[in-house]
Amino acid sequence: MSQEMIKLVNVKRSFKDKGILKGVNLSVGKGESFLLIGRSGAGKTVLLKTILGLLRPDSGTVHIEGQEITQLTKSKLEKVRLNFGLVFQNSALFDFLTVWENVSFFLKQHTALTKGQMRRKASETLALVGLKGIEDMYPYELSGGMRKRVAIARAIVYNPKIVIYDEPTTGIDPIAVDKIVSLIKDLHSRLFITSMIVTHDLDTGLEIADRIAFLLGGRIIFEGNREQIKESKDKRLIQFMSGASGGPIKEMEV
Amino acid sequence: MFFLETTEKFFSYLGSILCFIKDTFYWLFTKKRDFRILGREIISVGINSFPLVFLVSLFIGIIIAFQTAYQLQQFQSEIHLASLVALSMVRELGPVITALIVAARSGASITAGIGSMKINEQVDALEAFGVEPIDYLVVPKFLAMTLCLPILVIYADLLGILGGYLVGMSKFSMSFGLYMRMTIDALGPIDLVSGMVKSLFFGSVIAFICCFEGFKPFSSIEVSSSVTKAIVRSFVMVIVIDCILTAFFYFI
Ligand SMILES: Nc1ncnc2c1ncn2[C@@H]1O[C@H](COP(=O)(O)OP(=O)(O)O)[C@@H](O)[C@H]1O
Ligand SMILES: [Mg+2]
Repeated sequence: MSQEMIKLVNVKRSFKDKGILKGVNLSVGKGESFLLIGRSGAGKTVLLKTILGLLRPDSGTVHIEGQEITQLTKSKLEKVRLNFGLVFQNSALFDFLTVWENVSFFLKQHTALTKGQMRRKASETLALVGLKGIEDMYPYELSGGMRKRVAIARAIVYNPKIVIYDEPTTGIDPIAVDKIVSLIKDLHSRLFITSMIVTHDLDTGLEIADRIAFLLGGRIIFEGNREQIKESKDKRLIQFMSGASGGPIKEMEV
Repeated sequence: MFFLETTEKFFSYLGSILCFIKDTFYWLFTKKRDFRILGREIISVGINSFPLVFLVSLFIGIIIAFQTAYQLQQFQSEIHLASLVALSMVRELGPVITALIVAARSGASITAGIGSMKINEQVDALEAFGVEPIDYLVVPKFLAMTLCLPILVIYADLLGILGGYLVGMSKFSMSFGLYMRMTIDALGPIDLVSGMVKSLFFGSVIAFICCFEGFKPFSSIEVSSSVTKAIVRSFVMVIVIDCILTAFFYFI
């Protein structure tokens, strides 16, 4: 079996003639914690959704554990998705369900556990992400940081092999950011999973990741580890890391 | 050129909504239902519509009775009031008015509800957790709509007839017994069947259009335009289908 968990070959996708992904090549190894960075609007979320098969690429192929998923039927795709836990950019908790029902949503849909067992499992997972006593609250009663953690609990409750975090630290306060970052690191080492973190926030990203890819202009312009990114001579990378507005990347370019 | 483009748009819309309907039926018969979700939908679509339907149908009944009485006066045949009110209500106004009320009330909330789930990624989240949005969101709403509309229509018919009786009683001092006997005599099985067939069609068409539009928006501004589109299209389709079915039941 291949040691590559996720592999993208020349993936292209456009919306209404506007190219978003223009030939992305990427591979994420088993057990890795992988960071995908790029500016807002670069197409990171589109890339994630393509990996999960929520969006189909116009051309190119996506392989999950060596299996090509681009041509799979909906029901087979659903099976492949069970490998993934996805933490959405704005948490995307179901606002008509309570916190514990949100966390155990997957269990309810795909297992035969009783209500009591599901609730216990939900509480355990919530404790794992540092939340207690909020089981019966509704998502709108929670702060952004707590919602994010509930979303993480919902994504890991069924022990997926790969957990993907879409902008886990965007839009929450610095203290909450710090907690989320250590939570992601902690979960990664404790659950023996492959983690993929997507963000435009390089500092927090670098704290978490083993390997980094930089998405710009619809292509991956850099792929390597932490040392390599610091030594890189690519002007665009240097500009992005220093956060300067002057340089090869123009204001409008994503 | 404009004509061509419009035609093309119309057919691609028709194609995608037919595909949507096909998927809905596919999921309707493949998965087992969670009756709690269905119950919730029935309450929001059906039960909560009763007060508004009550108000509107009673008034429609009264209005129809006055209007009919006025026309009958010219032929000195006010005695037919009961049968004419009953026929207009059961064959035509009951189903149409109820469908329009439900489209405006519950249809709008369906589109807005799915639309807001769509824009904050809850629809994607369903799919990411291995749940088909059509199965989880659309099928229960479709079932609730098609089950509830006929019941609401019967309720509206009864209230319309009651409204007619109020006029008959106050203007022509008809007794309740007489009015009801004349009502029942006037209604044949075909009248009841046509009302029910219409309401089944209306219910499912409203559900399909409103759910379908709910999946369209990508931003909050598009949610409002989706709701508008859903309601306008539902109204137009209700009237068009009503016209076709009325003609059909007239000729058979
Ligand atoms: N379903 C869609 N339809 C049309 N355009 C889309 C869709 N999804 C994303 N886009 C466009 O793709 C671009 C990249 O979006 P996204 O992947 O969300 O960026 P980010 O890197 O910030 O996550 C944006 O310009 C967005 O407008
Ligand atoms: Mg994004």
